[in-house]
Formats: sequence, structure tokens, C-alpha cells
Amino acid sequence: MPLPIGDTVGILADNLRMRKSVLPIPARSTAAWARGLGLARGGETILYTGGMYQLVPYIQALNRFQEKIEDSWLAGMIKYGRMANRVINISALMARPPGSERESSDRILVNIARLLRRAGVDFGYLYEDDLYSGALAYDLGADDVVEAHTRRLAGVFKKYRVKRVITVDPHTTHMLRSVYPALTGQHDLQVKSYLEVLVERGAVPRKELRLEAALHDSCLYARCENVLQEQRTLLLRAGVDLKEPADSGRFTLCCGGPAESLFPKKARETAAKRVEQLKKVSGRVVTMCPICLVNLRKAAGGEIQLEDISGYLVRAYCEG
Amino acid sequence: MPRMDPLFAEEVNSFGRFDARACLNCGVCSAVCPMGIELLPRKLFRYVLLGVKDRVLENVQAVYSCLLCRLCEVNCPAQVRVAENVRFLRYYLNKKVFQI
Ligand code: SF4
Ligand code: SF4
Repeated sequence: MPLPIGDTVGILADNLRMRKSVLPIPARSTAAWARGLGLARGGETILYTGGMYQLVPYIQALNRFQEKIEDSWLAGMIKYGRMANRVINISALMARPPGSERESSDRILVNIARLLRRAGVDFGYLYEDDLYSGALAYDLGADDVVEAHTRRLAGVFKKYRVKRVITVDPHTTHMLRSVYPALTGQHDLQVKSYLEVLVERGAVPRKELRLEAALHDSCLYARCENVLQEQRTLLLRAGVDLKEPADSGRFTLCCGGPAESLFPKKARETAAKRVEQLKKVSGRVVTMCPICLVNLRKAAGGEIQLEDISGYLVRAYCEG
Repeated sequence: MPRMDPLFAEEVNSFGRFDARACLNCGVCSAVCPMGIELLPRKLFRYVLLGVKDRVLENVQAVYSCLLCRLCEVNCPAQVRVAENVRFLRYYLNKKVFQI
């Protein structure tokens, strides 16, 4: 029996409505990456993670559970799970990621904060108010819940008098820059990905990496947010010999990740197709989206080395 | 035998959010779609435009399988906003079928 669509979407939407995220993780876990960095609370310019990198290990854990039950009689039990989830946070019990996965997500965010600081950007952070953007629920068409959630988010930005938002991933960038203004009526928030900010600031590397790598563009950056040159500029400046796979740039091939929550097997097949294309041009692949990273990694099974762009950039621009 | 349901087409129109009228039915979108599901998105949109509600309800999986990756959109000669149309169909099904 395939995973029941209505109940699965229902659980994610209920969570966003009741617990402020599709997979509720404690606010202190979302903000744990910033511990010890001395980032100011709030401010006109903030680094907004939208909890996306932090959420991905939990999504992965849930998907492992879903993959096990997909096509089994247990899939039919999800409807009871939805009922129970309204009372107790059952999705959090199903999704317990290992500490190593959480640490590697947190490290990416630390890298991004270091890069921005090194480029002279003055920014604050919202800590436990760094709310999820609603991206997955929006994609699943749970628009009413997402609309209510964006009003909550607008309240947070107002409370901290935020004027400029620096985002860290394509899904959050798209939500805040292209979706959020229509839903909240707030059009004066300036939203930029940290990659755009680094290029604008003229970030200069401290050392050359002298290595070859393939670039996997994110669909949303490439086709919706026009973030196409920034990643190339920063990596080329850092001395990376960039290899473009078949279907790159504006015509990049999706990692399959968006199908993960409902059709895990189909998602893996799609990711495998992309891994084949990437493998042909390099054994090392740069990603810029947490969903692409985990989905391609799973499909590659260690055959190629996949790493978030922030890792390369921090080694070139902050170390040396 | 699936039947046309003019009320379905009307109901969809009443939201003012589904717009695939410009579609030329050329099939480019289906040819490039990484999901390789026959129905996505051209046939699905045809069913909605023609008001063949049964077919849409029989194919709920296809509606939710779309990655919203927009590879079809950048290749579409008629600039159909495929992802937004698919998102609307999910919204519709969430409300009308799944009571979300
Ligand atoms: S590519 Fe555009 S015009 Fe052609 S069938 Fe698809 S949606 Fe219609
Ligand atoms: S947006 Fe959906 S229909 Fe279009 S190519 Fe991507 S998966 Fe296929």
C-alpha cells in the first residue's frame, strides 16, 4: 500500500499549524548552531535560516521510516498517526536523527556565518524566533495553513524591526522573496541569499583550492530566483575548476527530493539519474540546497563525494 | 467510463488560480519531465480543462508526484505556469477530498 497522501499531508499541515514547523523540533535545537558565535539578537539585517538545514536530518529520519513502511500494510496505519499527532507530537518520535547528521547541518550554518563575517557583513540572528518558512507545506498545497504561518513570521520580523534578510537555502529564499510578499502584503523586506551577498561584497579568497568539482544547481535558485552566476563566481575565484554536468544552469535536473515525503522510492530513482550525470563529469560535487545534498548523497551511496558549497567557500575565503 | 463534469470545470475556475488555457498540447513538458509519469502535466491539465473530474480523482498520486521543479516551464512554448497549476490542484484536493 503506498503512503496515504491525505494523511501524510495532513500531519505536516497540522504540525505547521499547531507547532510552527512541518516536523516540530525544539526551538533550542534550531538555534543550537549559533551557540558561542556571539551573534546579536535581531537587528535590521538578520541571517534567517528558516530552520531548513536543521530540519533536514529530521526529514531524513522520517523518510527512512516511511521507506520502510511504503508498500506495506503499515502505511495504512498513518491515518491513526494523524489523529494521535494532533494530541501528542508523534512525528517527532518517528524522526530521531543521529547526532552526526545534526552536527553536519549545524556546521554548514556556522560556515555561512563565518563567510558573512569575513566579508564584513553586520548581521543578527533570531535564535528561537528563527521560524520555519513553511516551504514544504506550501509545495503540498496547504495554502491556508501557510498563510496563517506567514502572518506569524511577519509578526516576528516586525517585532525585531527587520529590514534585510539573508537566507541560506533556495527553498527559504524562494518563500521569502517570491511567495511571502503576496501572502503577507509586506513588500519592503529585502531578501538575498548569502551567495548574492558575498558576491555583492566582493568577497576575496585567502587561498586557492586548486581542485575540480561538478556543480549541481538547485531548481529554485536556477529557475525562480535567478541565482546562477553567484555560485560560479565564488567557486571560480576560489580556484575551483568547475565542471558542468549535462542539464545544468537554468536547465538543471531536479534531485528528486521534493517527492521524498510522499514517494520515497520515486525520489531515489530520480536522484540516481542525476547522480549518473554528475558522475560523468567529476567525482566531487558541490550542492547548495540541503534537500539536494541528502537526496543525492543517498542515491550516490558513497560513489561520489558530495558537499555543500559553504564548505568549499569557508576553506577558500576564511582559512589559509 | 469517465464523464465530463461541467460543474468541476466551473468550480476550478471559481478559484481563479488554475490557468492552462494557453497550453498547445505539444507534449514538450511531458517529454522533459524527470518523473516520467505519462499524465504529468499535459494530460492532467487537459482533464481539468475539459472537466473530466473522475480522471483527476483517479490520478491523485500524479498530482502529488510533481517535483515543482519547473523544467517543463522553462521548455514550454506557451509559458504555462505548470508548478502553480499543480500547486492549485493540490490545494483543491486537500480541501475537497482530504478535508485539510
Ligand atoms: S509544454 Fe506547455 S504548451 Fe506544451 S503541452 Fe506542456 S504545458 Fe502545454
Ligand atoms: S514541474 Fe512537475 S511536471 Fe514539470 S517537469 Fe517538474 S516534475 Fe515534471
